[in-house]
Amino acid sequence: MAIQQISVFVENKPGMLLKNVQKISEAGINLRALSIADTQDFGILRLIVSDTERTKEVLSADNLVTTTRVVAAKMEDEVGALYTILKALGDQNINIEYMYAFTASEAYGAYVVMRVDDVEQAEAALHASGIATLEDADI
Amino acid sequence: MGRYYQPEIETAPRERILEIQNEKIVKQVRHVYENVPYYRHLMEEKGVTPDDIKGVEDIKKLPFLSKADLRDAYPYGLLGTDLKNCVRIQSTSGTTGRRVVAFYTQKDIELWEDCCARAIVAAGGTDEDVCQVCYGYGLFTGGPGLNGGSHKVGCLTLPMSSGNTDRQIQFMMDLGATILCCTPSYAAYIGESLAEKGYKPEDNKLKAGIFGAEPWTEEMRRNIEKSLGIKAYDIYGLTETSGPGVAFECEEQHGMHINEDHFYAEIIDPDTGEVLPDGEKGELVFTSLDKEAFPLLRYRTRDICVLHREKCSCGRTHVKMSKPMGRSDDMLIIRGVNVFPSQIETVLLNEGYTPNYQILVDRRNNTDTLDINVELPPEQFSDIVSENQAKERALEAAMRNMLGIGPKVHLVGPKSIVRSEGKAVRVIDNRKLHD
Repeated sequence: MAIQQISVFVENKPGMLLKNVQKISEAGINLRALSIADTQDFGILRLIVSDTERTKEVLSADNLVTTTRVVAAKMEDEVGALYTILKALGDQNINIEYMYAFTASEAYGAYVVMRVDDVEQAEAALHASGIATLEDADI
Repeated sequence: MGRYYQPEIETAPRERILEIQNEKIVKQVRHVYENVPYYRHLMEEKGVTPDDIKGVEDIKKLPFLSKADLRDAYPYGLLGTDLKNCVRIQSTSGTTGRRVVAFYTQKDIELWEDCCARAIVAAGGTDEDVCQVCYGYGLFTGGPGLNGGSHKVGCLTLPMSSGNTDRQIQFMMDLGATILCCTPSYAAYIGESLAEKGYKPEDNKLKAGIFGAEPWTEEMRRNIEKSLGIKAYDIYGLTETSGPGVAFECEEQHGMHINEDHFYAEIIDPDTGEVLPDGEKGELVFTSLDKEAFPLLRYRTRDICVLHREKCSCGRTHVKMSKPMGRSDDMLIIRGVNVFPSQIETVLLNEGYTPNYQILVDRRNNTDTLDINVELPPEQFSDIVSENQAKERALEAAMRNMLGIGPKVHLVGPKSIVRSEGKAVRVIDNRKLHD
């Protein structure tokens, strides 16, 4: 159920993102999805990777790293796909803290990653509306 | 009113001043010994009795008092009289959050206000002046001190307190303020604001400014004098000795006359405590000669300066101190407020942070800025932006509570604060405060 996301505290300075991405690449880890939230002082780099444990190991040497369970819902390539997803969650009064989209591969199609207050409830609501979600094994 | 507020004492021959000091110190030491057990204990430890003090020459035998003593004795430990004889407190920040509380009898207030009145008259003040006081009123000594001095001189006093620059300017222009009392950085700011509103320096009626509570340079003095069209005078003081007016500048604008009939000044080597001869640079130490409620003897100010006894062309005979040239501790003066790095450390520890921080002080548009970088501990990091920002705001609120001024807090990554030889550089002060 749900997938692991890695969040990294990144100071708002040149080269900080590069340094982290380099480490991930050198460790032979594949980036599935990435999003950055930024403020004046710092950014939070959020990653979905092929090997969460290894990434955590590599980055936490000199970074603040935390893992969070997030929901990755499949988004059909059709009008109203995101609406269907958001409605399923909204109807259950589930709060979304943030979200970003990614395309896993031709075969998998597009997914939207959502940080919600209650992962189990969110997945149940999505499944009830016929929307598929990813699990760690899928990544 | 002439050029002096109390001419007999301000221009008294040196021998007369010494006579007054000798007479007062003998009485004062006995007063403290009998009424302040905390200090009596320090004297006993040093093997000094009131009988050993026959004049100011013997002051060097007395033990020092420091900010740490004020903290240990908080709140009543250094009180020299019954509380029923006290009429006022003033307060300033202490080293680790415990504030310094100074007590005043009516007589203490009178002598303090006399000192401020001397400063105002030295800046050309008379009963025909309109004196705008925009130091903070309240616990801070700036407002109450100059307010009282202004009353004594007979000026029309505008008790503005600090802030609200538009209102300051409105009163200044509408009521024709002639003397301005505030911090030098605020004076510079008012000057800029006047120019922005299209006023030229000659449009205001100001003739003099009495500026203190923070370090300032000769360059700043020239800028303020030009932008406001005034003569700018320095004033010095600290809550522990009473407040502003302990020393003040005369028309020479070259050093501040210490009100020696009330405060005896020494310069010591901050490391050894040894008294240094006049003209040598060291830490300024004050002994209050006649205060009743908070009679501090040999209080170490931590301000580094020089005493000069050359004859002054203004006719005053009291010793002059140079502008403070720095501190012998790590206290910062930011927007006129005393800030100790240890206070910031206390807040961080209270709020569950590590003491890994860096204080950045600068001056932009004549206003001091205070930024604090704080290393975010792993367990405090959240993947949600707003939760991290809420932590910054919470720290800012806690710091404002502790310091009395609001810093900007920035969370930074672990181990990101520059360490030199393993020791974190706590303070980066980019202001140019001293000539």
